[in-house]
Amino acid sequence: MAARKLAITGGRVIDPAQGIDRVADVLISNGVVEAITDSSSGSAPDGYEQIDASGKIVAPGFVDLHTHLRDPGQEWKETIVTGTRAAAHGGFTTISAMPNTDPVQDSAAVVDDVMRRAAADGVVRVLPIGAISVGQKGKQLAPMGELADSGVIGFSDDGNPVADANLMRQALSYAVELGLPIINHAEDKKIGAGGVMSAGTVATRLGLAGVPAEAETAMVARDLHLADLTKARLHIPHISTMGSLVALRSAKECGVDVTAEVTPHHLTLNDEWVFGLHGEIPAVVGSEAYDTNTKVNPPLRSRADVEAVIEALSDGLIDIIATDHAPHAATDKVCTYNEAAHGINVLETAFSSVFQLVDAGKLSVVRLIESLTAGPAAILKKDLGSLKKGFSADVAIIDPGSKWVVDPTKFESKSVNSPLTGVELAGRVVQTIYQGETVFELSAVAGAKQ
Amino acid sequence: MTNPTTTLGNGAAAEAGDVPANAMADGVETSATPRHHLLDLDDLSSAEITELLDSAEGMLEITGRDVRKTPALRGKTIITMFFENSTRTRVSFEQAGKIMGADVINVTASASSVSKGESLLNTVKTLQAMQIDALVVRHPHSGAPYFISNHTDAAVVNAGDGTHAHPTQSLLDLFTVRNHVGDMSGKKIAIVGDVLYSRVARSNIIAFQKMGAEVTVSCPNTLIPDEWQLGSTLGDETGFGGLRLANNVDEAVDSADVVMALRIQQERQDAGHLPSLREYSDRWGINSARMALANDDALLMHPGPMNEGVEIASDVAHGAQSVVEEQVRNGVAVRMAVLYALCAPGKSTRIANSDSNAGDEA
Repeated sequence: MAARKLAITGGRVIDPAQGIDRVADVLISNGVVEAITDSSSGSAPDGYEQIDASGKIVAPGFVDLHTHLRDPGQEWKETIVTGTRAAAHGGFTTISAMPNTDPVQDSAAVVDDVMRRAAADGVVRVLPIGAISVGQKGKQLAPMGELADSGVIGFSDDGNPVADANLMRQALSYAVELGLPIINHAEDKKIGAGGVMSAGTVATRLGLAGVPAEAETAMVARDLHLADLTKARLHIPHISTMGSLVALRSAKECGVDVTAEVTPHHLTLNDEWVFGLHGEIPAVVGSEAYDTNTKVNPPLRSRADVEAVIEALSDGLIDIIATDHAPHAATDKVCTYNEAAHGINVLETAFSSVFQLVDAGKLSVVRLIESLTAGPAAILKKDLGSLKKGFSADVAIIDPGSKWVVDPTKFESKSVNSPLTGVELAGRVVQTIYQGETVFELSAVAGAKQ
Repeated sequence: MTNPTTTLGNGAAAEAGDVPANAMADGVETSATPRHHLLDLDDLSSAEITELLDSAEGMLEITGRDVRKTPALRGKTIITMFFENSTRTRVSFEQAGKIMGADVINVTASASSVSKGESLLNTVKTLQAMQIDALVVRHPHSGAPYFISNHTDAAVVNAGDGTHAHPTQSLLDLFTVRNHVGDMSGKKIAIVGDVLYSRVARSNIIAFQKMGAEVTVSCPNTLIPDEWQLGSTLGDETGFGGLRLANNVDEAVDSADVVMALRIQQERQDAGHLPSLREYSDRWGINSARMALANDDALLMHPGPMNEGVEIASDVAHGAQSVVEEQVRNGVAVRMAVLYALCAPGKSTRIANSDSNAGDEA
């Protein structure tokens, strides 16, 4: 790592892990955080290269527990290189590679390959997630011990819910010894069979088969009971329904070892976006409807569900934000709604899109940053997500006032599947530092850095 | 029969040959804006619907002639692209096009490059490159014609998309009812059947309500959307405001002016929506006893194909009140009116943009 010293001066340093929210300088040396000092004259100490962050927010680099890198197997959608660059663009310095690759990350050999290539080619840290079952087929447990030894941070058959309740029970139980969470995509596929969006008025108007919220809620409830039975760690990915939140609250009150994440899109978009008018409800369904970039699993829910997850994130019931970044190629999205693949390209819009809730007074900026830093780091139980002395110098610098219009063709990601095309957002990540090195810097921004 | 005088958009009678004046009046200014596609009826005003139905009156006269031919769409190419099996709708469109002199090419999914894995997008682009005027699309996925309309200059006609819409079926149903009862405002329409999966139900609810009729549906609770409640009237936020959901079939058909039975599919039983077709027939099937609850001169309709003995008893299906065959006959006339409105010279924006003879539709 570079021997040079960096001083990020004059910014509003928000480091929820340390309870810090004040204007200060962050000193970096040899790729690690050296100190947070009271902001001096606006200049850097002798021997330090200066990054002027006045007017900006300086936060720990974001940590994502839910990323699809598509590599190996679907490199036309994303690669470790493009995915980690997209992460850096969005302020993320740690991402987690979901195992639904081809081959599946269900053996040390595949995980080792991903980690080796991520270390060589990636611009940010990649932590792998192992499969729960062999081939993510839900029949036989994957070699979870071997996967743990190779460094996975949890287990998931993401996209394929563990339908067999006994297999889920055994997976949870087996993982206790490993100390790692089971991350189960909670969806009873039978309840919403054939559904392509959230059930409700919009689905009915569009004639699209709907998945009721209860398809998620029912499996969340099952998983919580099984976690209670086994005393295992359960992490609920992309929680999205009011019913799931009721079950989650009750389980947490009973002491179940559970954490939950919510995605930026489930916090900010509802099923009305399927009409293709950025959430507007049309009098007449037009040819912009059936916007396949809104197709995601879990589906975009009702307004009431969105309000509920915002409140739950704000009050801490939902622990963290995770992106579920799911890049897809044009051929997967330029088609009918039924044919379209599930997934939204999120990394590069994640912070700004949720920042809308800060602007709207529904979420504090400190809680937003906590849910992207200290929160996920606590689930990982790793020295990440904070600017504590000696931690890796991973930093996201945000310009809260900078407005920008989402143009996916300018994404670092290889894919462009965002429903936010043309939407104006604020709170832009302008610089990302990983291990003391700038891995992303936005050029030509008003009041830019030196 | 009514004797209407207007059509959609500007007429081009000089090119229209021997099509009667009431099918395509010359140069009549109307409230309608020339439209490029027919995707559903939700974006048509009642006046525009009326104009199409008026036009279909003239078309019906042509279909009854000894020599059924006009050159109205001579030189136009219409492709029917059916990704689902269909007899009546496909043949109806084909006949409608051919009577008006268009070249009609039928593409079916099983016999096309689709079966080789070609994407819908590339199929549409390929056909587009062949300079076609209209694409008549039947597709199992809701919204497919909307998707296609974003990728072709041809006029797109929705011939049924998934569980979403079937606008020409609704137009022919309106046409059939209008020919019997005239003004539809205040008339009671009972639709009995699989509302959840039926594009005919959805388009007909919208269509009859636009014309001022009161629509009531009846079906098992498993075959309506979860957010609808039997025994209630839907609010405007549903997109089907004013729709009455009857508690039972007798309530729906009571004093009805029109009783419409919808096809019930074996798959609904297999998927657990129904205990059995036998029980469906017993509780929701339209038979003479239920027709007796309706008005004496009530019409019995069915979009076909019928499962006689299941959703409709054979005696009433072929009885005096049944207009099922009339619906099929009217389907050709209505589809002629639709194709003419979209494809006739000077009608489509594509032609307006590329043809200097397109008249005043700049």
